[in-house]
Amino acid sequence: MNMNAQLRWRKFVSNFMLTMTGLCALVAVSVLFFILGYLVYHGGTSINWDFFTKLPAPVGESGGGMANAILGSAKLLLLATCFGVPIGFFGAIYLAEFSSSKIAFVVRYAADLLNGVPSIVIGIFAYGLAVHPFKHFSTYAGGFALGVMMIPITLRSTEEFLLGVPRTLREGAMALGASKWKTIATVIVPAAYRGILTAILLAFARVAGETAPLLFTALGNRFWSNGWNEPTASLPVMIYNYALSPFEDWHRQAWAAGLVLLTLILVINIVARAILSRGISVPRA
Amino acid sequence: MAATSTIVPSAGPVVGSRSFLSRLREGDEIARLITFLFAASVVLITLLIVYELWQGSVLPRHKFGFAFFRTSVWDPNFEQFGALPFIFGTLVTSAVALFIAVPLGIGAAIFLAELAPARLSDALEFFIDLLAAVPSVIYGLLGIFIVVPVMRDVIQPSLKNSLGFIPLFKGPAFGIGFLTAGIVLAIMVIPYIISVSREILLSVPRDQREAALALGSTRWESTWKVVVPFARTGIMGSIFLALARALGETMAVTMVIGNTPAIAASLFSPGDSIASVIANQFTEATGELYTQSLIELGLVLFLLTFILNGLARLLIVVTSQRGGAARA
Amino acid sequence: MKRIAAILLVTFGLAAFFIARAVLSINGAGASFPEPIYSKWFDEYHKKDPNVQINYQAIGSGGGIKQVTEGTVDFGASDGPMNDDQLKAFQDKHGFPVLHFPTVLGAAVPTYNIPGVTGELNFTPEALAGIFLAKITKWNDPAITAANQGVTLPANDIVVVHRSDGSGTTYIWTDYLSKVSDEWKTKIGKNTSVNWPTGELGGNKNEGVAGLVKQTPNSIGYVELIYAIQNKMPYGKVKNSSGQFIKADLASVTAAAAGAAKSMPDDFRVSITDAPGKTAYPISSFTWLLIPSKFSDASKRDAIKSFVKWMLADGQNHTEALAYSKLPKEVVAKELTALDKVQ
Repeated sequence: MNMNAQLRWRKFVSNFMLTMTGLCALVAVSVLFFILGYLVYHGGTSINWDFFTKLPAPVGESGGGMANAILGSAKLLLLATCFGVPIGFFGAIYLAEFSSSKIAFVVRYAADLLNGVPSIVIGIFAYGLAVHPFKHFSTYAGGFALGVMMIPITLRSTEEFLLGVPRTLREGAMALGASKWKTIATVIVPAAYRGILTAILLAFARVAGETAPLLFTALGNRFWSNGWNEPTASLPVMIYNYALSPFEDWHRQAWAAGLVLLTLILVINIVARAILSRGISVPRA
Repeated sequence: MAATSTIVPSAGPVVGSRSFLSRLREGDEIARLITFLFAASVVLITLLIVYELWQGSVLPRHKFGFAFFRTSVWDPNFEQFGALPFIFGTLVTSAVALFIAVPLGIGAAIFLAELAPARLSDALEFFIDLLAAVPSVIYGLLGIFIVVPVMRDVIQPSLKNSLGFIPLFKGPAFGIGFLTAGIVLAIMVIPYIISVSREILLSVPRDQREAALALGSTRWESTWKVVVPFARTGIMGSIFLALARALGETMAVTMVIGNTPAIAASLFSPGDSIASVIANQFTEATGELYTQSLIELGLVLFLLTFILNGLARLLIVVTSQRGGAARA
Repeated sequence: MKRIAAILLVTFGLAAFFIARAVLSINGAGASFPEPIYSKWFDEYHKKDPNVQINYQAIGSGGGIKQVTEGTVDFGASDGPMNDDQLKAFQDKHGFPVLHFPTVLGAAVPTYNIPGVTGELNFTPEALAGIFLAKITKWNDPAITAANQGVTLPANDIVVVHRSDGSGTTYIWTDYLSKVSDEWKTKIGKNTSVNWPTGELGGNKNEGVAGLVKQTPNSIGYVELIYAIQNKMPYGKVKNSSGQFIKADLASVTAAAAGAAKSMPDDFRVSITDAPGKTAYPISSFTWLLIPSKFSDASKRDAIKSFVKWMLADGQNHTEALAYSKLPKEVVAKELTALDKVQ
């Protein structure tokens, strides 16, 4: 057999597959740029002062904006963070610092389970727990649903970073006579803060775009939502409703809202990763 | 980690150190208790979800039993509910999604893990992670206005012309339907396949690769014939993860699937998925049986994703342990 | 930095609370059929009385009935009147009945998107029933072409679009088809959500159906009149019980209600599809607000009652601009009396 020819063929195949797989990667990455490009193209011109300051106009009339949806999303995310982050954070402290391995296994398993629950099922759950008994669609219910979704990400990531803090720091603190909780509060958590902050930001970005759970909890509002016990508009739900409508003006606004939402989420993601990569106090797990 | 007993005061009167210790213990005990409550609430919430789904679907479970999964009639008027069209739609769209995403995803992962220089790989991975963060509703938005017209005017007609003899590609081309939903889902799950597979491939011990290369294989051969088979189980795991994600996807699917409970051989047909029908009909289901049938659908979805996620994790852990063992 | 953030947070929270004190928020949900006029009304009413904010969410008539029964919204809206079972369910749950208040008259029209066909098509009841039963599958079927002599209809497959959510518009449409087609009545029936023949597309709310028809060639769907007009979509004439092909407009819809106006039942639940009358449009309907007869919150009750009074007077002046017909005078008078039942 001609060894040279065989070798050339194998090298050819190797280079060919290098190109093909490279193409796969290129296609995957370029989707991101396509998405951004289309959003900018379709929505860029509609981002004006009106969009950020006006309330939606009556059905069929053009004009109006999404001011209430932007504020609504902000309120929902604030509630979600206040509910989900403490549970994830303190739960992770328990797992990393106090718990036995059996309990830790159960909690971790529950968190992973929770992470895999489809968002629509979270919506059903939140309706049953936070809307039905109170006879009210509300911002609280929407914040609760989103908060539940933030818990697993916050919990697992925080635990990972807490565990990654070097033993030497812990033991040093204890040798100086600090109690456990003081060690945690003043030494371990600050050492891991970059990772923890990243985790919170990533969880935040994840739920910022969630729509399904809000359909049954925060419902929607054509006006400013009063306080926290009323239904509220939110960016993702507005995008959904407007996109499905036949009104050109609403399509335009949906694109603009999509651009604003995606920009927000991407910026948070990039910032979170930048924080993490700059962290020198925590060795990468 | 041991508890408070690691602190041993070296000297001092017994009485003083005991009270010091007990105060210490109290502070730590409180901290332990508080953090335990938070951790326990995670378990509590998860259990509550299961409980709500189970209790909330008691009527249809008793009335229809397992026939719920075999019946294809969804008739709110005459109160007959069967889950088959939605299970079918969920499975078909996920199958289409995997069919497209797996080759592309694994190909890209191989490139990123094995064939690309490290900096390029990291840079591309950064973008892939960003892609994973794009919310479902934005995929839906793009689906309706970009993918659907392209499907309707370009792709579906050309598929019909070339492959129209296969039942998969028969029927009118609406633009929306199983195929379109599957394509949008494929784009959504590719980042998961890529990131997880890449991690798995990177964790394959170096000596495997180097041994192959030392024996004279090309880069592709060492990758395809040695590294990938080694990582095979973990890659399966990543596919399961992607599948679990695809099953539960709601917004993007409901915006392009056609929203009609249909079981059809053609991929061009409109249909519905479990998540999509819940999103559409939950707030309007009048009557307990109707509402609870939707909740039972939610239970089905929950169980499916639960099993898949569990399997996925198992496979991934097994692969990393193999890698660890081989390294030792 | 942290202190500034904390101060902002506290101010934000307080501000949200203070806004809560000033305005009365009322929540309603239901039909998308009248959403254009309702959103106009609530907007106008808010301008008139800035202390009252009526937030109406169109989630479909089924949703309106369900959520008002659940008590999660203050009032509901539906174009399919609640049936006796649903009324009983409300009564059993709350201990007092729910009342129907008609608001406007509207029409469900067959809107279509056929390449090359720009004019109005004539639809016979048989044609409509056949199309939606998926028995008539091509546009050039004799059942359709017979009534449209001057128009060339292509030999394309008909794409049928229906509502995927619980819809009063579906109720009106299926109510009409049940009256004109025995096969429809026995096989499918009338309800806000029915078991449609397969192969049809589903759209969410009137907007969704209109959007789908607009974007899908060879399609036909049913929407409320204003959606077809606002989106400049063609819609067909329908043959009424007197044999005339009638186009839906203010006059023909008002004519359909003429008979019902005189013999309106006390609970206002009446169907005016396939109404007698030479000029009547056969797929017309009232649409109702579903208002509980007792309110625990007096300010909400008063706000809703004064809204209804405004709606029956000034509000009716806005309807025609949006192609909804006004309520007949007799009905208005009867409603004002019925309003006293809301305690």
